[in-house]
Amino acid sequence: MTAAFDEAVLRGVVPQVIAVLVRRGADFAAAEDAVQDALVEALRSWPDDPPRDPKGWLVTVAWRRFLDAARSDAARQRREAAVDLEPAPGAAAQVDDTLRVFFLCAHPALTPTSAVALTLRAVGGLTTRQVAEAFLVPEATMAQRISRAKRTIAAEPFDRPGDPATVRRVLYLVFNEGYGGDVDLASEAIRLTRELAALARDPETDGLLALMLLHHARRAARTRADGTLVPLAEQDRSRWDTAAIAEGARLLQAALAEDRRGEYQLQAAIAALHADAPSAAETDWVQVVEWYDELLALTGSPVVRLNRAVAVGEADGARAGLAALAEVDPALPRHRAAAAHLHEKAGDRAVAARLYAEAADLASSRAERVHLIRQAARLNGSG
Amino acid sequence: MPKYLILKHYRGVPAGTVNDHPMEEWTPDEVDAHMAFMDAFGKQLEADGEFVDAQALSPEGAFVRANDAGTGPMTDGPFAETKDLIAGWYVVDVDGWDRAVELAGQLSLAPGKGGRPIHEWLEVRPFYGAPSHQD
Repeated sequence: MTAAFDEAVLRGVVPQVIAVLVRRGADFAAAEDAVQDALVEALRSWPDDPPRDPKGWLVTVAWRRFLDAARSDAARQRREAAVDLEPAPGAAAQVDDTLRVFFLCAHPALTPTSAVALTLRAVGGLTTRQVAEAFLVPEATMAQRISRAKRTIAAEPFDRPGDPATVRRVLYLVFNEGYGGDVDLASEAIRLTRELAALARDPETDGLLALMLLHHARRAARTRADGTLVPLAEQDRSRWDTAAIAEGARLLQAALAEDRRGEYQLQAAIAALHADAPSAAETDWVQVVEWYDELLALTGSPVVRLNRAVAVGEADGARAGLAALAEVDPALPRHRAAAAHLHEKAGDRAVAARLYAEAADLASSRAERVHLIRQAARLNGSG
Repeated sequence: MPKYLILKHYRGVPAGTVNDHPMEEWTPDEVDAHMAFMDAFGKQLEADGEFVDAQALSPEGAFVRANDAGTGPMTDGPFAETKDLIAGWYVVDVDGWDRAVELAGQLSLAPGKGGRPIHEWLEVRPFYGAPSHQD
């Protein structure tokens, strides 16, 4: 018995197991429930008694759970009979099936929050408790949310291919959800994106993976020990994860070479320029602005326009940055913070201090609020 | 062990009182000292087994009530009075009212401008099931 209990291995086979059950005739919701039951059983019994074939074990236990549930429901007995006639699933079909579980969990009929929760459970193999902890809500609340999500997609055919762009959006949401509970959602998002990239070749999926790796590489430098934020310009770059940066850059190069650019590839290109610079001042800001121009042409996103204005401020000076910012909707969440930064750069310290204080009141997290208050305090204190 | 809610208000320091300076007028070190005090307070509560929950609230929000048709929620400013803006809370599970007030008192002494305590007003509310402080 050499196989150590590995929760990551356990989680990794979940979508395949769900797919096997669905192939055998279970509907998605019932299959997902049965696999969850099997997972809980695995978490309990594997540490003492690890199976030689984790996937086979999960299929057997989940299938038994499904049959138990089906037997108690008269209407399901017919399906059970039909199952006996189904051929055993072939190895080749399973890759496509896993991809379909991805598509189903990211279905456009679901709200983004529900899609993220369902993806984490059915594709990521997290238990309801782990998903609930990650979202800081009670387990009962998350259980209801997941049940509702499964009812919403109950009528959706399993065989129809979905839209990879929707899956990528959901994975990016998982990545940005950050930390909470005992599961690191950013790492989980990277793991799932790797799987998606292996299942379906697409330069934009590689672009997303590159973007996640490049952001994740800065994780250790992004916060101080007390949890406060460290802006990019002040980060200790020796603490960036060079292996992750190298992998991200390599993926990005290969993706860009296919000449089918998408927004994740373009964002990754910008992140790569930051990762490449020995200091904020030595960043190739002119090239950063060029990538933002391309990103803006592709998306028309007001957030991109805002970030571009900040980059213009670095490339062409604060006045040019403020001129670019004048074309951005002032209602955007970080508009005041960007304006404060550019005004400080232009030498208007009093204006900048006032804008930082106003930005603090609009901050979306406590860490961001404290950071902006400190900025205002810094300017007021030395004025 | 009854539960109490300790509410922090955004405008918790009344004008003209001991240390009445908005946070952006402090030095960055004073801001850090204040946040460190809050973190230490929460950790001490956890260590003492009195901690239930603590959350920070954004200053944004609205005051909402349905109209006669039961539709179209009416909003009245951000809040009835801006002094009612709640910055966050602690939920503590303690021996009784006196301990809850004692903890709120400690929290009120969080350092502010010049490192001096801000003497912030804090609201203490018992959860249902907690013995009333008038008992």
